[in-house]
Amino acid sequence: MPEQQWPLWEIFIRSKQGLDHKHAGSLHAADAQMAIENARDVYTRRMEGVSIWVVESKYVHASNPDDAGSFFDPANDKVYRHPTFYDLPDELKHM
Amino acid sequence: MSLQEFEKIFQDKVDQDIRIEPKDWMPDAYRKTLIRQISQHAHSEIVGMLPESNWITRAPTLKRKATLIAKVQDEAGHGLYLYSAAETMGTSRDELIGQLHSGKAKYSSIFNYPTLTWADMGAIGWLVDGAAIMNQVPLCRASYGPYARAMVRICKEESFHQRQGFEILLVLSQGSPAQRRMCQDAINRWWWPSVMMFGPNDDASPHTAQSMKWKIKRFTNDELRQRFVDISAEQIKILGMTLPDPDLVWNEEKKHYDFGPIDWEEFREVINGNGPCNKERLAARVQAHEDGAWVREAALAHAEKRKRKELERKEVA
Repeated sequence: MPEQQWPLWEIFIRSKQGLDHKHAGSLHAADAQMAIENARDVYTRRMEGVSIWVVESKYVHASNPDDAGSFFDPANDKVYRHPTFYDLPDELKHM
Repeated sequence: MSLQEFEKIFQDKVDQDIRIEPKDWMPDAYRKTLIRQISQHAHSEIVGMLPESNWITRAPTLKRKATLIAKVQDEAGHGLYLYSAAETMGTSRDELIGQLHSGKAKYSSIFNYPTLTWADMGAIGWLVDGAAIMNQVPLCRASYGPYARAMVRICKEESFHQRQGFEILLVLSQGSPAQRRMCQDAINRWWWPSVMMFGPNDDASPHTAQSMKWKIKRFTNDELRQRFVDISAEQIKILGMTLPDPDLVWNEEKKHYDFGPIDWEEFREVINGNGPCNKERLAARVQAHEDGAWVREAALAHAEKRKRKELERKEVA
């Protein structure tokens, strides 16, 4: 009988207070607690983490890269969202 | 869109150094080659733990034991980063481990040599990790995102490995006559296998052109090997030792070291399973996997039990 597998988890690490959690990679573990302990051993041997999030890979949902062009298109031509679009005199301070 | 159009978009991205990510379209051949390259790199890290683990219980001081353990732990971690990167391409850990254990997948030839003395720990750190760093730094800009990111992480950790190794040899080279002999002997045994780590000569390496076009290889075998020889030939002067190559000589015109012929027969034998430790290395990995089966099952059973207890606790509350 084939051995039952440990599920795959995605690991997110906050390296320092004030920073976001960043995706560090993945690992296999039997449950969330083991995933957190394994993540500590694999990804923070040099104190690279103050906080760890683990999410089972099957629960990560992603946008489809094949559709990226059309999906992100609405933002593509809205240059007026950028401050440089607005032409104002140099004498104007603090803006 | 036709296959050619997909391939053109893909190659344009690679040419512009835009990273390919897991769900992006990629040619089947790119996927297959990368799975093989990344997983064999991962296998090399895991098997690479074995020759060094051999000396953990016999390290001469507590400090040296601690640093050797830390290096071996890092190698386990490196293997895991790389398995994780390979798994993003649609393969499973089981499949990859199965290929290693059946002998279908290869790992770096260097790890099929025995570690006979403590000085071997120094020679491995200096030469083997040194050669690995030479290969790995350019791969930090490999075209496949997860692979490149794993390489960045690995490179950060690898530099202590090389310094640890060189420091071991430095102390031995300044020690008693017996220690100096041991140091030179280790260098004599590990030099040529390290030079062979870079693989066959470019003209005997048919996949190089395609790998360079796909940017999963950034320099050729011979380019990296030359750089390694040039750097090592200078570094060894600090040890007051010699490299076991009577043909090693600085070429003022080419601004590189000329070096002697490589024994490709030895390389072929070791790659094909007939090196000094191939059987032993594979047997150790297979045994570790089989001996660990109960741990894997127990962990799942324990997780189930914990989940049930948690549910019961919530129902009562």
